[in-house]
Amino acid sequence: MSELNKLGLAQARDALRKGDVTSVELTEACLKEIDGADALGAFVHKTPEIAMERAAAADVRIKAGDAPAMCGLPIGIKDLFCTKGVASQAASRILEGFRPEYESTVSQNLADAGAVMLGKLNMDEFAMGSSNETSVYGNVVNPWRRAGDDAALTPGGSSGGSASAVAADLCLAATGTDTGGSIRQPAAFTGTVGIKPTYGRCSRWGIVAFASSLDQAGPMTKTVRDSAIMLGAMCSHDPKDSTSADLPVPDFEAMLTGDIRGKKIGIPREYRMEGMPAEIEALWQSGTDMLRDAGAEIVDISLPHTKYALPAYYVIAPAEASSNLARYDGVRYGRRAAMAKGDGITEMYEKTRAEGFGPEVQRRVMIGTYVLSAGFYDAYYNRARKVRTLIKKDFEDVFAAGVDAILTPATPSAAFGLGEMTDADPVAMYLNDVFTVTVNLAGLPGIAVPAGVNGQGLPLGLQLIGRPWEEGDLLNTAYALEAAAGFVAKPEKWW
Amino acid sequence: MSIDQSTAARVAKLARIKVEEDALPALAAEFNAILGFIEQLEEVDVEGVEPMTSVTPQRLKRRADVVTDGDQQDKVLANAPDAREGFFAVPKVVE
Repeated sequence: MSELNKLGLAQARDALRKGDVTSVELTEACLKEIDGADALGAFVHKTPEIAMERAAAADVRIKAGDAPAMCGLPIGIKDLFCTKGVASQAASRILEGFRPEYESTVSQNLADAGAVMLGKLNMDEFAMGSSNETSVYGNVVNPWRRAGDDAALTPGGSSGGSASAVAADLCLAATGTDTGGSIRQPAAFTGTVGIKPTYGRCSRWGIVAFASSLDQAGPMTKTVRDSAIMLGAMCSHDPKDSTSADLPVPDFEAMLTGDIRGKKIGIPREYRMEGMPAEIEALWQSGTDMLRDAGAEIVDISLPHTKYALPAYYVIAPAEASSNLARYDGVRYGRRAAMAKGDGITEMYEKTRAEGFGPEVQRRVMIGTYVLSAGFYDAYYNRARKVRTLIKKDFEDVFAAGVDAILTPATPSAAFGLGEMTDADPVAMYLNDVFTVTVNLAGLPGIAVPAGVNGQGLPLGLQLIGRPWEEGDLLNTAYALEAAAGFVAKPEKWW
Repeated sequence: MSIDQSTAARVAKLARIKVEEDALPALAAEFNAILGFIEQLEEVDVEGVEPMTSVTPQRLKRRADVVTDGDQQDKVLANAPDAREGFFAVPKVVE
């Protein structure tokens, strides 16, 4: 077989089990590709020794007929996941040199399922960003370019390294995390599939925390089937995360029938934003037609508090971040600033955090500190939490009316140029999450599926939102959409 | 609500992030842009609405009150920027 790195999880799994290929061969192909792709900035800590060791072990298991779901499949891990003995710094200077003594539950589950870790993937610092421009490692570059234009584009963020690596076939799949759209927006910008499961499906233990009530891990893959396979391997009940759900994990892949006849798909009128680009509007319409043609019933729905999701998010997420990031104090791990003569512990904290956090992280920590401070807690934080209750109720109402899934655009535009938003006000960047953030606030599963290309040849994605805990049904609807859209475009290799 | 430079300085202090005097005006302006955006929330009628505490209604699990972990001092200290004699070392805290 040639170009093994281009395989998806399902294809590679089947080839491994048939004996057509070994995990060592697959892994070597990916490692070679990674070494030739430094221009993308996706892999920031390569772990070839671990990869080859796990690949050899996987080949032994496969030969012995003991091959769990991800056995022998080479993947990348977002830098937000703590991986034992391997640098895990959330793309932040403040965690420079940090090598965890433990493994996150999700990456352990993947390892137990036989997956082969190729290395750690770039991201926005502490998962705060939508363009992968806030990383201490530098920008990630999207393998896609506009037709006839060499300008470097963003892969989106915060899971930009994961998206870029999967789109460029550096690995078969990758882990991502999603607090406001950080799996789905980069998936849409790179023509890949990404699912954020229901809050509580994946354990958060060992994943560097950003906003604990919103954070969820999920897979970023080449196909919907691959997402179903990998999600199943990532999920588990975990006593070490008190919000992890004690529910059985179904066989998601077995639920992919492609039959969505009679399913009720909601089209929320509030997502038709003023100034929406015509190409996004057209994509949404064509996705609606595809689902209707596949036998689904299309209904107009209303989610009246949609407009308030982003402002509520930009209270709640920074508030939780300011609390979570208080632990970076230069005492227990990471990087401590050099001190001047006479500096006490307060100066040590202040200098360490000023040097260790980048501007966007500092901004969010301080906004969070402000909205939680005495006198403003009720006006900002409590009000935002009440609005969050209303946003969740909007979804509960439409699900109670029989809607099975909701179709929306994944992003308000195709990938934009790196540096294009540098001078914009921070709020302009936040608007990238306008279609995805409601899903985190309501704790629901959401998936981005590539559904077409724009006039410049860049991929565009649609988002499907499902009922809580019904990822299997959601993946099946996504599977039908994927089949109808028939998206097969790949970026032309320039790196 | 408009944030002036002294409020920005106070927030930076609370967050334990050193911000130089000359960076305060730009910081205050950024805060105001973000807070201006957030203030849309005032339009929402939240009378009688409970603030969300947990997105999934669930009772937190309980376990027996016993030690299940520990005796890992070397691992706990392994990543410390300054560890001495089995402790985290910090600048003098009490005069």
